[in-house]
Amino acid sequence: MANVVTVRKACTVNPLKMSQPIGGALAFLGLNNCMPVLHGSQGCTGFGLVLFVRHFREAIPLQTTAMNEATTIMGGFDNIEQAILNICNRTKPEIIGICSTGLTETKGDDVEGYLKLIRQRHPELDHVAIVYVSTPDYKDAFQDGWSKAVTRMVEELAEPGRAMVTGRINVLVGSHLTPADIEELRETIEAFGLDPVILPDLSGSLDGHVPDDFSPTTLGGTPLANIRALGTAQFTIAIGEQMRPAAEALARKNDVLYTVLDRLTGLEANDRLLALLSELSGRPVPNKYRRQRSQLVDAMLDGHFFFGGKKIALGAEPDLLWSIGSWLAEMGAEISAAVTTTASPLLERLPTAEVLIGDLEDLETRAAGCDLLITHSHGRQMAERLGLPFLRMGLPTFDRLGAAHRLAVGYRGTRDLIFEIGNLFMANAHEPHPGAWLPGQDGESAHASVTAH
Amino acid sequence: MSTLSSKVQEIFNEPGCDKNQGKSEKERKKGCTKQLQPGAAAGGCAFDGAKIALQPITDVAHLVHGPIACEGNSWDNRHAASSGSRLYRTGFTTDISELDVVYGGEKRLFKSIREVIEKYNPPAVFVYQTCVTALIGDDIEAVCKTASVKFGKPVIPVNAPGFVGAKNLGNKLGGEALLDYVIGTVEPETTTPYDINIIGEYNLVGELWQVKPLLDELGIRILACISGDAKYHEVASSHRARAAMMVCSKAMINIARKMEERYEIPFFEGSFYGISDMSESLRQIARLLVQRGAPGELLERTEALIRREEARAWARLQPYKARLTGKRVLLITGGVKSWSVVSALQEVGIEIVGTSVKKSTLEDKQRIKEIMGEEAHMIEDMTPREMYKMLKDARADIMLSGGRSQFVALKAKMPWLDINQERHHAYAGYDGMVELVHEIDKALYNPIWEQVRKPAPWESNGDSVGCAVRTISLTVRTAHPTG
Repeated sequence: MANVVTVRKACTVNPLKMSQPIGGALAFLGLNNCMPVLHGSQGCTGFGLVLFVRHFREAIPLQTTAMNEATTIMGGFDNIEQAILNICNRTKPEIIGICSTGLTETKGDDVEGYLKLIRQRHPELDHVAIVYVSTPDYKDAFQDGWSKAVTRMVEELAEPGRAMVTGRINVLVGSHLTPADIEELRETIEAFGLDPVILPDLSGSLDGHVPDDFSPTTLGGTPLANIRALGTAQFTIAIGEQMRPAAEALARKNDVLYTVLDRLTGLEANDRLLALLSELSGRPVPNKYRRQRSQLVDAMLDGHFFFGGKKIALGAEPDLLWSIGSWLAEMGAEISAAVTTTASPLLERLPTAEVLIGDLEDLETRAAGCDLLITHSHGRQMAERLGLPFLRMGLPTFDRLGAAHRLAVGYRGTRDLIFEIGNLFMANAHEPHPGAWLPGQDGESAHASVTAH
Repeated sequence: MSTLSSKVQEIFNEPGCDKNQGKSEKERKKGCTKQLQPGAAAGGCAFDGAKIALQPITDVAHLVHGPIACEGNSWDNRHAASSGSRLYRTGFTTDISELDVVYGGEKRLFKSIREVIEKYNPPAVFVYQTCVTALIGDDIEAVCKTASVKFGKPVIPVNAPGFVGAKNLGNKLGGEALLDYVIGTVEPETTTPYDINIIGEYNLVGELWQVKPLLDELGIRILACISGDAKYHEVASSHRARAAMMVCSKAMINIARKMEERYEIPFFEGSFYGISDMSESLRQIARLLVQRGAPGELLERTEALIRREEARAWARLQPYKARLTGKRVLLITGGVKSWSVVSALQEVGIEIVGTSVKKSTLEDKQRIKEIMGEEAHMIEDMTPREMYKMLKDARADIMLSGGRSQFVALKAKMPWLDINQERHHAYAGYDGMVELVHEIDKALYNPIWEQVRKPAPWESNGDSVGCAVRTISLTVRTAHPTG
């Protein structure tokens, strides 16, 4: 339905997009006892680290191969070897996840080759899993880096030829799900007596818990043994279009059937999930969820008054844009401006006239007159300039507490999102005033003049 | 690249830096910071450093030439405050694509400069080089030169790609860009005998504004702050100042020293952190201005203001002394902040149980010894695990550090205060010191500590479980008084 347009301008202004390698690194942060490494200059890691620390308000294990000008030109073999040795000595991880950067990709480092050689030279490290993913900064976006990293985890670590375990379900989750979303999903799946293996599982590692002791690597997250056993699952559910390649990779390798659920926000979207779980488990939908569904239906009835006809400006990565955008349209709101970061087959299906692959400047020029802005924290300047109500969604959310615990999936999450957004509309409703219905002013312009001040 | 490497060598040879001068020639060539260890490094790159140093110039467009990572992952993430333009908080980047990597990014850069000027019309554009565009050989100096001529506006190349070194080197390379292309290019409308530059102050959370009213009262004008809350023309005309103060240790020593060399502007190194340091800085500013021809009565007026402000600050700190005496602080931060804050905290009876000296110069360390005594616990490089242990064992009551290590303290359920660049409170000048002590007091005495340190009733030892059970049975009895 939507016309997908890549904005043609030389200069990106107020980026919506973040880079691939840190998307990959975040995926590795969802594994237990893991140390992600960016193969690049130390700044690549420094920026990613600060970004995640500010979003999650957690210590973030993230290392660097600390490339400099000379080592870049000579090739990064020594740096990767050194980094692996240092990390193993200092933090003893089970998994090291290496993401390349623009710098080392421009040089053309053959990291796969380096790793083969390092494996030969260091048999003492055989017990440490190493996953490499190519994620040049100058291509694609954050969500793509996450997607590629998970695909590589499946390709590298899932063991072939193991017997199927009935009731075991792989859940491959996209980067747009928060730890709270993942937790909700796990509970729902378990309620059917199924045993979910979630990959990557940020709800274990970055859900803001206080461990009893200090850990220099990730603590919580998908255990290596579970990744190795991905092939034993009865079925794979991929959440978000970005997870399709990983699900396909596993299907190729281990013949695990899969389905991709494009979103988990909205009534029908969750009906599809629960019907699927019911089918997989052979059990009826538990009463708890029938009750929650009923609450969501009621919230839709109560809330639709406030959503109908509202104009929304939305800036997010494709899977989040799709989740929130198509759900808002289901609530009667209108997507007046949509900007995203990278290509996705979902974009042209979004119920709006145009989806731009662009930046927040593009969103700002189209958001005037909207009733609500939804994007990550970097929307704060434009929200202030345009005087728009502003809901922060996506990563980074650095100027609000609880980013990890924002729930937007499931019946319950959708219900609460109706309340949150509905309340924003209600708080910004326009008071009636004597001039509102003066002859000669149609409803539209009277409305616009009120919005203006 | 050859000009860049000679620039880097020149910075390593900085005669104004005692630490560098103490080294052999061979050591000096290696640079200011230890060679980074792959897999065991944490910190910003040279580009980050250059951006930190220059982005506080508020009315210029800061355009990053590189892939999305360099700007997209980091923009608008500092609290350098502005009294006017907000343009410095707009993220501009060429966001180069794979095609640019193959064919070169110079054309995209040139077009980007044009778009920025057409849309935002800033007094100048600063163009930052990054690793990838440096590696593919994009000549940002040439592009900036052409663009300057074509658009009739200063377009300043900042050649500090991340891979040449660490943040500190980037600070200085940023300074070099100002020296080469900005400072001395504009004449100020008026000058006074009371004009100073403040170098290396970034106006984080508006700290400059804790100091400026005092300077205003003395009739001292900040001709340019480099670079906090600065406007382009202020920096460009800063060569007419009579004296300069260099803040923030050695981050911009090259600017201070070269401005002394080129324009005969004498400078001193001072700090706005801590009561005595603040007073000493005011004294030094007045002294240098009088030496340069300002009327001598400035000295007496300065002393009077110092007496008044010190008395006021002490009176405001007095109530904290009883509450904070004997409290132990672990101070993990870089450079000059260590000793200036140390002396300030000791003024209210706080004990410093350790301070990091990773970024400190020999001179800094000497000062710490003078202030804290010979047994001063100086920490060269403390791992997070060691910090955690120190806090968990309650060998310190609070940690003051930068944002990266905050969770080490918080997960040990110990109070923590941000004193680095992401901080939300302003700690400069007399008011700032009171604010810092107030924040420490707030952190230490927050009632949450008692609750969060207690284990859940079902997890604790027999005693408190019994206690909890008794409480419950008591409640039950109360609920059914007749039962």
